[in-house]
Amino acid sequence: MIAPTADVRIGVYVCHCGSNIAGKIDVEQLAHFAASLPGVVLARNYRYLCSDPGQEMIRRDIAEHGLDRVVVAACSPLLHEATFRKAAEAAGVNPFQVQIANIREHVAWVTDDKTAAFRKARAQVAGAVRRVAFHESLERKSVAVKPCVLVVGGGIAGIQAALTLAQAGKRVVLVEREPSIGGHMAMFDKTYPTLDCAACILTPKMTAVKEHPNIRLLTFSEVEEVTGSVGNYHVKVRRHARHVREELCVGCRQCIDACLFKTPQFPNAFDQGLAKRKPIYIPFPQAVPPVPVIDPEACIELKTGRCKMTCLDACADRGAIDFRQEEWLEEFDVGAIIVATGYQAFDPRVIAHYGYGRYRNVYTSLEVERLLNAAGPTEGKVLLRDGSVPRRVGVVHCVGSRDHHYHSYCSRVCCMASLKLAHLVQEKTGAELFDFYIDMRTPGKGFEEFYERVQREGVNFVRGKVGDVHCRKDDGDPSHEILTVQVDDTLLDKVRTFDLDMLILAVAMEPDAAAEQVRRLFGMSCSGEGFFLEKHPKLAPVNTAADGVFLAGACQGPKDIPDTVAQAGAAAAETLAMIDHGRIELEPNTAWIDETLCSGCKTCIPLCPYNAIHRDEEKQVAVIDETSCKGCGVCVAACPSGAASQHLFTDDQIYEEIEGVLCYV
Amino acid sequence: MSDPDIAGPDGFEPRIVAFFCNWCTYTASDLAGTARMRYAPNTRVVRLMCSGRLDPQFVLAAFRQGADGVLIGGCHPGDCHYQEGNTKCLRRFELLRRLVDQMGIEPERLRLEWISASEGDKLRDATNAMVATLRRLGPLHLEPVPTPPAKSKTEHFVPEPAGTYPVMLADE
Repeated sequence: MIAPTADVRIGVYVCHCGSNIAGKIDVEQLAHFAASLPGVVLARNYRYLCSDPGQEMIRRDIAEHGLDRVVVAACSPLLHEATFRKAAEAAGVNPFQVQIANIREHVAWVTDDKTAAFRKARAQVAGAVRRVAFHESLERKSVAVKPCVLVVGGGIAGIQAALTLAQAGKRVVLVEREPSIGGHMAMFDKTYPTLDCAACILTPKMTAVKEHPNIRLLTFSEVEEVTGSVGNYHVKVRRHARHVREELCVGCRQCIDACLFKTPQFPNAFDQGLAKRKPIYIPFPQAVPPVPVIDPEACIELKTGRCKMTCLDACADRGAIDFRQEEWLEEFDVGAIIVATGYQAFDPRVIAHYGYGRYRNVYTSLEVERLLNAAGPTEGKVLLRDGSVPRRVGVVHCVGSRDHHYHSYCSRVCCMASLKLAHLVQEKTGAELFDFYIDMRTPGKGFEEFYERVQREGVNFVRGKVGDVHCRKDDGDPSHEILTVQVDDTLLDKVRTFDLDMLILAVAMEPDAAAEQVRRLFGMSCSGEGFFLEKHPKLAPVNTAADGVFLAGACQGPKDIPDTVAQAGAAAAETLAMIDHGRIELEPNTAWIDETLCSGCKTCIPLCPYNAIHRDEEKQVAVIDETSCKGCGVCVAACPSGAASQHLFTDDQIYEEIEGVLCYV
Repeated sequence: MSDPDIAGPDGFEPRIVAFFCNWCTYTASDLAGTARMRYAPNTRVVRLMCSGRLDPQFVLAAFRQGADGVLIGGCHPGDCHYQEGNTKCLRRFELLRRLVDQMGIEPERLRLEWISASEGDKLRDATNAMVATLRRLGPLHLEPVPTPPAKSKTEHFVPEPAGTYPVMLADE
């Protein structure tokens, strides 16, 4: 181990963080202790170091006392390291000669034992002081950022983000798994609380995406692989075979009319299976792109090769239909990525007592959205499966949400969506409506007013959970089924029974089934319930732990359309701020090789996950390419000669920290 | 100790050096704090960018300097921010555990946990479990006794008078 080349002059600053730290740790005593440590010139404690006066104090001390290193004992470095680095830099100290001792999240907030807290805080401060004495002056490296953005997911979040970026003049590639963009919003009929028609506000945006010269739209496609790093990601996208060539198709749909199947026979997933489609189909009338897709599981030609191929004739000289089309890979480079992969609706079959899947007239909220939609299976009429109009309809809130057996979180949108459905169903059918809720949550602009409106309209509100649902034949009309719903009314404190024709389950928003796969693809984290984790819940809500990867929409957590659009705008703005600059500065924590120590053993080369190390055959030593190195330090730990080293995490610094945290208490 | 379940009767407070990776376990540790979870404050956290940076000698150095236990925290397998640094850590850990055993250090004093950024509760539980184990095992006595910090390489540090603050001796 080597000693620092010159005497070091360290300033130690202990933050009170109001009472967050000072309430548990004797900050004065901690500063006294710090002052006793080798190399420490001065130690102070202050109420809020992250405040302007706090930072000004550090800057002044650096100037007056000639400090060359700073230790800040405060909150997590993941929160304010950048703040204090900036303060030090402003006063002429290299920003990488600042070290944070985390005495808030790791100490003050996790124990009530003040003595033990003080001991731990003392150890962390000593570790930081010992370590910072060995810090070297470093320069940030910067890399060029490709001015192109990948947006994954073509729901309203992805659409909004893509359009914002495209309008700012950036090139965008929008990748959507389904044959059309639009996502869940395209399935809805009206949006609360204004009752705007969802299609009326969404479809112009969908068309704008298709028409925008800066947007490349890849539908029916999935991101297969992402390599590279912030500013320079290499993306591979798998383009599934539609069997209809997008570039040749004009969207006339004559092929669909001409299909050998005269009537639609296959459940249309977009309509939640309530309507049927042909083997060649467009998921919904306003689909973008308006290009049909052929289902290989249903198409006679694709299954047996023995169809008359009437569709081919209908397409005639356009020749857009291509039964031999196979999926292919497309590769391109982008500077940043916005993940907007959305959510999926909770499957209520698992809550057996609601009877969904067993009783024909128990529906999910999404199914009823399709029934209400003029372009849906019933052309906007709310009809039961036997074609009759329901007279008594129940809506159940919190299906799969706020339930420790399924999802303990609140899905945020279901109260308002339930109110909206109650209103629309009542308006269209004149039925008597019953709304079974646990708590009514209507925090939002115009939300409470909408709740009052629905109350005034005569919807019956019953506060309580639905305990059981049974189905029986109507005595008068045996073809008609009646659902008997038992509810524990917590306001009347008794179990009530309702005979209904239709029951609507307001199902939870849950992470998409592929969320785990997507998370790994982009190197993100998930929070406990499986939604993607933002970098900071308040200060970096659209960033992720992976630099250059941003989040928008319900993939980050349940949210409604206004919040999704707002977040998508924020993600686009953050992305723009990053790529517009043209270059991005990176943490200089890369590894390097001391040629004089390297024996050329090649141990490190296969360990590097980024192929950043090669062997200089002439010198017979390993060489690390600084631009490819991401600073994990795996090679450093493995080097048998001690030739590999990592900036900001040198062996010396870490050994000093280990000694520091152990030797003073 | 605040938690009676993990408090030792003899007042022995084990010291654990905790090597946490920046992306998962360190973040989980932050989360445990933000969520105000309570756990034994016996860890001394050393942040690494990746558990793959953990040189086995760091662990030996920690024991040598008087740690009663060493806790290593990394991302779950398959979740490593650097693709597979954690599996490299696991390989080293498996060898190191045997080495430590041969040196006369109980292998339970060395622990590896995969704790993701959202698992503050797991961080809490792993820490408490380890502290309980170390209380049972008692202090680790390695011969010769750990040396105090006033060694040759820091001799040239002459602490300057620090304003009004009294200078405390290192072994106080």
